Amino acid sequence: MVNITVNSQIISVKEKTYILEAAKKQSIDIPALCWQPGLEPHGACRLCLVEIEKSGRKRMVTSCNYPVEEGLIVRTNTEEVVKTRKIIIELLLARCSTNKKIQELAEKYGVTESRFEKKEEDCILCGLCVRVCREIIGKEAIGFSGRGIYRKVTSPFEQPPQECIGCGSCAFLCPTGAIKIENGLNMRKIAEINCEIPLVFCQYCGRPIAPLRQIEFLKEKTSLPEDIFYTCAECKRKNYARRLIAMSSKR
Amino acid sequence: MREKEYLFNNANKIDEILVKHGMNRSRIVAIMQDIQNEFGYLPEKNLKYISMKLQTPLSQIYSIATFYRAFSLKPRGKHLVTVCLGTACHVRGGARIVESIQKMFDVKPGEKTKDGLLSLETVNCLGACALGPVVVVDGKYHGHITISRLERIVKGILNENKK
Repeated sequence: MVNITVNSQIISVKEKTYILEAAKKQSIDIPALCWQPGLEPHGACRLCLVEIEKSGRKRMVTSCNYPVEEGLIVRTNTEEVVKTRKIIIELLLARCSTNKKIQELAEKYGVTESRFEKKEEDCILCGLCVRVCREIIGKEAIGFSGRGIYRKVTSPFEQPPQECIGCGSCAFLCPTGAIKIENGLNMRKIAEINCEIPLVFCQYCGRPIAPLRQIEFLKEKTSLPEDIFYTCAECKRKNYARRLIAMSSKR
Repeated sequence: MREKEYLFNNANKIDEILVKHGMNRSRIVAIMQDIQNEFGYLPEKNLKYISMKLQTPLSQIYSIATFYRAFSLKPRGKHLVTVCLGTACHVRGGARIVESIQKMFDVKPGEKTKDGLLSLETVNCLGACALGPVVVVDGKYHGHITISRLERIVKGILNENKK
């Protein structure tokens, strides 16, 4: 265990945890868009900046990927931190001037107007979608392309990604709603990553369950009976209830 | 089955390059450099092939290919002129050099001439700032370049081609 001071509160946390996680446990609010429990920290959104003091020297670090050290002093709300954070929010607000989530964030931290040139992006390049696809799904269907102002999230060669199973984890984690899932009549579309995969329908009620490739992926991962993959949650529950009733009436 | 598809696409050459680097995925940049040198660009099919052979996700390879300016996903012209637009070269007139080459040979940065002989590219720094402005013509570095000198060099290589 390691003892650190966060906002003059002494807390002891496990070694190798990051400042942000330690602070969260003490319900100290540090904003972060690119951080997600279960994924490796990335330090991309820069919102989680805090001031640390080590042997008398102060500096600013991203708390999501700074591991705790014995005797570390962390301040999350100094004047300088608040000021810097506001500038970062201003920059985000300029990039995503029409994005609801970013507007809400800006409002929460008291930023109303951005002095920078306005753009109408939705993606903030936090990399959550890329990381979840790599670390959790293990497919790495999407990645970054280009660099600097040309950097963006896309599928290889901007073609339908071969590896994508259409699970939608990227859209689920996206903090700004830049990636959207669209379930059409027969297809699931995720336009931002050029994904289009046929949907599988419930064998009983005909409602869409999941994209075909996701079902194939789940079949590979588990050794469950075939039937389960082609039945929607609702019908599974009904079937189970019917079986229970049948069993009890036999008695 | 998938492998057969690639046999027609210079797979032998690519295999040679892969073997030369010991099929080592951590040498991916070097492998891609060799492919770039061989064909003048990175053919999509070859990238898919090395992704399969090295068991490296295509998204990673695509990221690398689009990150470095030395790589090109489109075929380049027979000759390549790369103008440095790093800070030092920029203040010493790099942008003007790009402009004049653009006018002289009717080619836009990142594209090639209609006859496919000349490609013009820009790069953000070549690390030779003291020599600025720097222009690389077919791999040869020219420091303290002037527009008239560059014109002579480029016309020289283009004329050689006609002979």
